[in-house]
Amino acid sequence: MNMNLLLAGFGGQGILFTGKVIAYAGMLDGQEVSWLPSYGPEMRGGTANCSVCVSDAPIGSPLVTAPDVLVAMNLPSLEKFEPSVVPGGTIIVDSSIVSAGVKRKDVNVIYVPATRLASDNGLKGMANMVILGRMYNDIKFCSEEAFREGIKKSVPARKQELLDNNMTAVDIGIKSGE
Amino acid sequence: MKFQRPHALTKTEFHYCPGCSHGIVHRLVAEAIDELGVEGRTVGIAPVGCAVFAYNYFNCDMVQAAHGRAQAVATGIKRALPDGVVFTYQGDGDLAAIGTAETVHAATRGENITVIFINNAIYGMTGGQMAPTTLPGQVTQTTPYGRSTKDAGHPIRVCEMLATLDGVALAQRVSVDSVKNVKIAKKAIRKAFEYQMEGKGYTIIEVVSVCPTNWGLSMQDSLEWLRGSMLPHYPLGVLKDIGGGKEGKA
Amino acid sequence: MTEKILMKGNEALAEAAILAGCRHFFGYPITPQTELAAHMSKRMPKIGGVYLQAESEVAAINMVIGASAAGARAMTSSSSPGISLKSEGLSYLAGSDLPAVIVNVQRAGPGLGGIQPSQADYWQATRAPGHGDFRLLVFAPSTVQEMVDLVGIAFDLGDKYRMPAIILSDGLLGQMMEPVVMPAGSNTKVPERPWATCGHGGKREHNIINSLYIDPPNMEAITKARFRKYEEIKEKEQRREEYLTDDADVVLVAYGASARISRSAVDMARKEGIKAGLIRPITLWPFPDKAILSKKAAKAFLCVEMSMGQMVDDVRLAINGKKDVIFFGRTGGMVPTPAEVLKEIKKIKGGI
Repeated sequence: MNMNLLLAGFGGQGILFTGKVIAYAGMLDGQEVSWLPSYGPEMRGGTANCSVCVSDAPIGSPLVTAPDVLVAMNLPSLEKFEPSVVPGGTIIVDSSIVSAGVKRKDVNVIYVPATRLASDNGLKGMANMVILGRMYNDIKFCSEEAFREGIKKSVPARKQELLDNNMTAVDIGIKSGE
Repeated sequence: MKFQRPHALTKTEFHYCPGCSHGIVHRLVAEAIDELGVEGRTVGIAPVGCAVFAYNYFNCDMVQAAHGRAQAVATGIKRALPDGVVFTYQGDGDLAAIGTAETVHAATRGENITVIFINNAIYGMTGGQMAPTTLPGQVTQTTPYGRSTKDAGHPIRVCEMLATLDGVALAQRVSVDSVKNVKIAKKAIRKAFEYQMEGKGYTIIEVVSVCPTNWGLSMQDSLEWLRGSMLPHYPLGVLKDIGGGKEGKA
Repeated sequence: MTEKILMKGNEALAEAAILAGCRHFFGYPITPQTELAAHMSKRMPKIGGVYLQAESEVAAINMVIGASAAGARAMTSSSSPGISLKSEGLSYLAGSDLPAVIVNVQRAGPGLGGIQPSQADYWQATRAPGHGDFRLLVFAPSTVQEMVDLVGIAFDLGDKYRMPAIILSDGLLGQMMEPVVMPAGSNTKVPERPWATCGHGGKREHNIINSLYIDPPNMEAITKARFRKYEEIKEKEQRREEYLTDDADVVLVAYGASARISRSAVDMARKEGIKAGLIRPITLWPFPDKAILSKKAAKAFLCVEMSMGQMVDDVRLAINGKKDVIFFGRTGGMVPTPAEVLKEIKKIKGGI
């Protein structure tokens, strides 16, 4: 396996956390993984993105410039990164935030109304986990066991009370794809 | 006064010019170390300036610091040796020009160190240039027409400035121009070390000093100039004392 | 062995320093090294250590000097512009024969430059970290795991040779998370430092930490003695990793982040039947020139850096005109892609 993912959205949408779960899950599956955030002034209230690589070979550049999978949680991210996705790759869009559609015809597109699904279920702010669940359902970037464990490992000790909600949001995402 | 070399001074002969205040102040620091019995746990920091060779004169462990950095070095030492007694010995250029940031921040952190500050209103080692404490109108190598406050600004009163900071436990200005003042200076230095040992915070003793060589004056005239010109600008006394020690509140 | 965890390079390095016995950290905030200092500020108070945010980079390195002189394992970290400010302290550390570890999480320069990853401080680290005749040990990790592994080595060799060591990292390695295994158990026993100014306790002559030698013949003798030590280090401490170099026509030379990319490019080249290999210097000083010189089969060397070409000087010095040394780099915070490097390999292959 060799999968390069790029996750992008507004700061505060949980972009970096989502990436961390994917990296942890990959690691628990015995894969080589890397996680690299954007950093600096652009992180202060602006857009956030993060590169995640999951591979069975040592990872060269952790900076993903041609993603196999793009998660776009806002319009600027979709506009900025849509052209960089490899042909045959996948773009996942939070369709409750991004009104425009993906223009490219050579990629698979998954629309998930993640923000609405989250808030409809009393899980405000967990659209990222809904997307993550859907991504897992459609792409199966790791084993089920590693996926669940990766979430557990990524939720910091002092926020363990949020673990159940995270799992619920993920399950909503998985269901939306079934 | 009986004249015997304090144990905290080595047998190395001073290199200071005739009439210079450094010799007396070294001796007072060494006497304080002797009296408190702390030579074995004292670390001194020599500056860049005339006192650069202080590491050869004090019998305690010594570190020679970069110009102006003595109090940052002292901070590192004190943080590694909280039970140590740490002092810096610095001139006006070192402490109040190139090392101002280190001085102000060590003071405001309440760093538990003792600073011995020699203010003689001139750069001695490099041959008599303007110092941050050079008086208005004072002629130096780099103020040949006298220090113009319009161009070169005003002298800094270090103790007054530092006395405003909460981390400072003791800020006192002394002189060693007379037997009486030497006795006061000695008490002040000892008190500063005591405060440090009691963990009270930052202590600074400013010694208004003479530099006959670079002032271009005889020893006697230097003392007169110190009293007539420097002391009015740098009045002796306690600028801040949070109390405690054997002296109590000033 | 401890559990494999996912950790940011900056944080992993900080934790590894603690495990290597570092209890004194002095720093100043600057991107992209901030997490390192933040980790120290979180951990040190809990283990009886010292984290102190200094008023300046200059003060921070001088606090390191003080703590090291007093016998402690001390460390500071910064990023390129901040390292420039520390030059004075680096020179004094070397001139006073004091060990310490300095981390540079490189960003683009000169000036305020940029905050994205760069390798443009190679010259600064290996040539002129400060005024005067001296060298520093320079380590170049290329993975988060190696950031962990090299910290302990940097502290140990610094103590062994009584000299400062730099860990030359960059924004990419500092910011990224990778799986890492921390060394089991902590090294709380720091080597004896009989020269330390920690109070003589009435048991010995006073120790002096000093870099001033006013007498030229004495200063020359002391400097020459230091350079004899450097020669010994050049002989004993060169470190590098090689990948597919045995039969390689084109040998890439790259360190740190650009070595990761070069390795991917070597794999791509091999798939196309091109015999490419990689020498990855782990110590930049001493530079692994013996390894480079030993590649008799190589027809050309390609130096890949995130700079306008700095390490390439050392590769050329090692080769001494015997073979072609070609440079490829991106700079200003740009990270080269494996495809770009492959293109360069093919260009060279076409010419030999």
